[in-house]
Amino acid sequence: MKLTLKIWRQKNRDEKGRFFTYPVENVNPEMSMLECLDVLNESLIERGEEPVAFEHDCREGICGSCGFMINGVAHGPQSATTACQLTMRHFKDGQELTIEPWRAAAFPLIKDLVVDRRALDRIIQAGGYISVSTGNAPDGNNIPVGKDIADRAMDAAACIGCGACVAACPNASAALFTGAKISHLGILPQGKPEQDRRALSMVAQMNTEPFGSCTNIGECTAACPKEIPLEVIATMNRDYRGATCRKRDDLVQVVAPVTGWSSSSKS
Amino acid sequence: MKLDAKIPSGPIEQAWDKARFDMKLVNPANKRKHTVLVIGSGLAGASAAASMGELGYNVRCFCFQDSPRRAHSIAAQGGINAAKNYQNDGDSIYRLFYDTVKGGDFRSREANVYRLAQNSLNIIDQCVAQGVPFAREYGGALTNRSFGGAQVSRTFYARGQTGQQLLLGAYQALERQVQAGTVTMFPRTEMLDLIVIDGQARGIVTRNLVTGELNVHIGDAVVLASGGYGNVYYLSTNAKGSNVTASWRAHKRGALFANPCFTQIHPTCIPVSGDYQSKLTLMSESLRNDGRIWVPKQKGDKRRPDQIPADERDYYLERRYPSFGNLVPRDVASRNAKHVCDEGRGVGETGLGVYLDFSDAIQRLGEHVIRERYGNLFDMYQRITDEDPYKVPMRIYPAIHYTMGGLWVDYYLQSTIPGLFVAGEANFSDHGANRLGASALMQGLSDGYFIIPYTVGNYIATSKLDKVDDSHPAVQQVVSEVQQGITSLLSIKGKRTVDSFHRELGKIMWDECGMSRTAQGLEKAIGQIRQLREEFWQNVTVPGSGDDLNQSLEKAGRVADFLELGELMCIDARDRNESCGGHFREESQTADGEAQRDDENYSYVAAWGYTGPDSAPALSKEPLEFKYVYRSQRSYK
Repeated sequence: MKLTLKIWRQKNRDEKGRFFTYPVENVNPEMSMLECLDVLNESLIERGEEPVAFEHDCREGICGSCGFMINGVAHGPQSATTACQLTMRHFKDGQELTIEPWRAAAFPLIKDLVVDRRALDRIIQAGGYISVSTGNAPDGNNIPVGKDIADRAMDAAACIGCGACVAACPNASAALFTGAKISHLGILPQGKPEQDRRALSMVAQMNTEPFGSCTNIGECTAACPKEIPLEVIATMNRDYRGATCRKRDDLVQVVAPVTGWSSSSKS
Repeated sequence: MKLDAKIPSGPIEQAWDKARFDMKLVNPANKRKHTVLVIGSGLAGASAAASMGELGYNVRCFCFQDSPRRAHSIAAQGGINAAKNYQNDGDSIYRLFYDTVKGGDFRSREANVYRLAQNSLNIIDQCVAQGVPFAREYGGALTNRSFGGAQVSRTFYARGQTGQQLLLGAYQALERQVQAGTVTMFPRTEMLDLIVIDGQARGIVTRNLVTGELNVHIGDAVVLASGGYGNVYYLSTNAKGSNVTASWRAHKRGALFANPCFTQIHPTCIPVSGDYQSKLTLMSESLRNDGRIWVPKQKGDKRRPDQIPADERDYYLERRYPSFGNLVPRDVASRNAKHVCDEGRGVGETGLGVYLDFSDAIQRLGEHVIRERYGNLFDMYQRITDEDPYKVPMRIYPAIHYTMGGLWVDYYLQSTIPGLFVAGEANFSDHGANRLGASALMQGLSDGYFIIPYTVGNYIATSKLDKVDDSHPAVQQVVSEVQQGITSLLSIKGKRTVDSFHRELGKIMWDECGMSRTAQGLEKAIGQIRQLREEFWQNVTVPGSGDDLNQSLEKAGRVADFLELGELMCIDARDRNESCGGHFREESQTADGEAQRDDENYSYVAAWGYTGPDSAPALSKEPLEFKYVYRSQRSYK
């Protein structure tokens, strides 16, 4: 099949970007979206042009590296599927695909389709963990965890941190991402002691980053390749409100967002 | 070179206790004065960096991905072994140790494997405490599943995403230390060389993948946890970015590379469908519990599978291995699939595939049972192939999955360069010639959480470490060599893309150094690789510059290293004229075509030293002794 790819090209954050149109022939319906870009890139390199930069690693839908908007939809038209597992048979011969990076103030562009998602790491740093240093764990079976609890925790823990939720949200909110981690850890008995501080700190960091607010639209969960349910946002809100009322914990630390990459600008 | 594994004396059960007691400690107040550089943020790297941060060391952790959470450990599906004996089915540390040594076909180091089995208990506890949502029984206890190569049920799992959950546990522990200020994380940063001063590993040179800057990081110890080298085959189940560069450049600075030819080929992957293919997707080993593997009896039978009557099908694993049937270990299953395809009986358009058929199981148990057990895998298969495995048999074929070889390390996980430690898949020590399922996660975390933090401390406490800074001539020398390497890649401006070289190398490796190997084929491959390498340095084209994000340049550097490693793998495979585990030499097989080990001549670790670009590598041997596990020929008949 033949496709026309309209791809956003931008050298770096400071230079202006624009769409370039590339016809791609010999598209095999079995190919993945990323393999289709590989084919295009090989031909660009052979012509002496720079290939389209895009993020990818595992190519089996679990590392969370890949992702871009395809015709305005994060990861493309197939539900519960990352761009790397999206096969070309879902498109029609002769179709035009518009491919552009995640667009969010909190995800500054690096090049072409590659964006900086370190804001998500900083939200985890703020409290997305259980404070148990190596060596001080009790036996794994000491605390029974009901199957329903473990299953719900796993549903939330399946998040791959790709950022599709942010890209899909008209407000560019990170509520689904943050809520998923707060839910995963807060549901489990091991995560209970830190539940308040975790919610306060992670929400505070999320608010420090230039993400928008959640207005319960639900585009995030529709775009999520791992189908993280919208209820994780409700759980986050409940934990946050509870923690705010209880006032057990006022040790909330946030860090300033870093957007530079130069090693000399690092502390 | 004489290799001293430094295995503690005395009974194996007490070796690790003894070693820990004999180790020198670093005063808690002094730990923050010592910098440890950790390369890689997978299970081994993240757990090591987090644990050393907790202890108070000043840790710098590097990964080439945009976040430490992307490391390829995340893709592991099946599970992690631990000798908890929660099922009361007779498991013990000793049994896990025994199974692992036997599964590795007696080419691993007993003392290391014993310690691995001991640590397996602590790993599960640690991960549960971190909030890893392992599968549970209704009553709340941890549950287990069975895996290949063992007769007890000792595999812990989190759906089909065990690696993801364990890695996120380690990643979260790491991010906690980043917040605490003990660990500084350097994402999108690739290690390009090792700095060795006065015989000690004292730092690394990295490239900032966004700005192209080269930076020097000086430390008191370097921990390489940069994963395996399966991508030398181009097509593998590894992530696209997985590479050998950190290990290989350390090798060129003096670290010996052990058993490079020991690679694992996983029998159940989705077959290649075309030239554009960029990677292979694994289907979990657990499918072989209910799926039956077959090919048509007749060569070139092009009928649809449902039109081939039962008596014209060859269930070759059940036929050849009546007692293990479809559940033979990975190396045996892979070799047999290749064998029937070589005979012209493979299925699918390319003829490189065999059926994994669930129709009998569906008939016996009902579709709902199969859906419950394997639903997510069936969905993934359907997503990729557009075929419904509930109705049509899956097509599978073996693919490169894991590399047992790696940098040589002693019992303390220290390489032949003092101060350079190697953890996880990047080292060679625990899996011998074949890794059992659910053991990779165990090893990565054992190394990172429970070994590296002690042994690195011991090294720091017992070594004389002079002050070094960026202006040291040895540092400047390495930086300028790295810069030169980058400049020359960019200035060749030839006609062929990096990927085209990589694909060609992969094909040579797969054909001659894959599932079955011969002296003649390996000889041929060595010549072809040399030629290809020569062409690469004359005719590769790398567009763009070195001053920004340039994915072609990143790939070019990695492929240049694979082109050197590939030759060493073939040399090692040629040198080892026996079959063991995943290494099958056609010259060394039993009368009925099974792998024939040669303990008399090859019961050693082959550790290769780099001697220069055009000279033969130097072989050092570490003899392997088996005092606890009786050496036998593996049989699954």
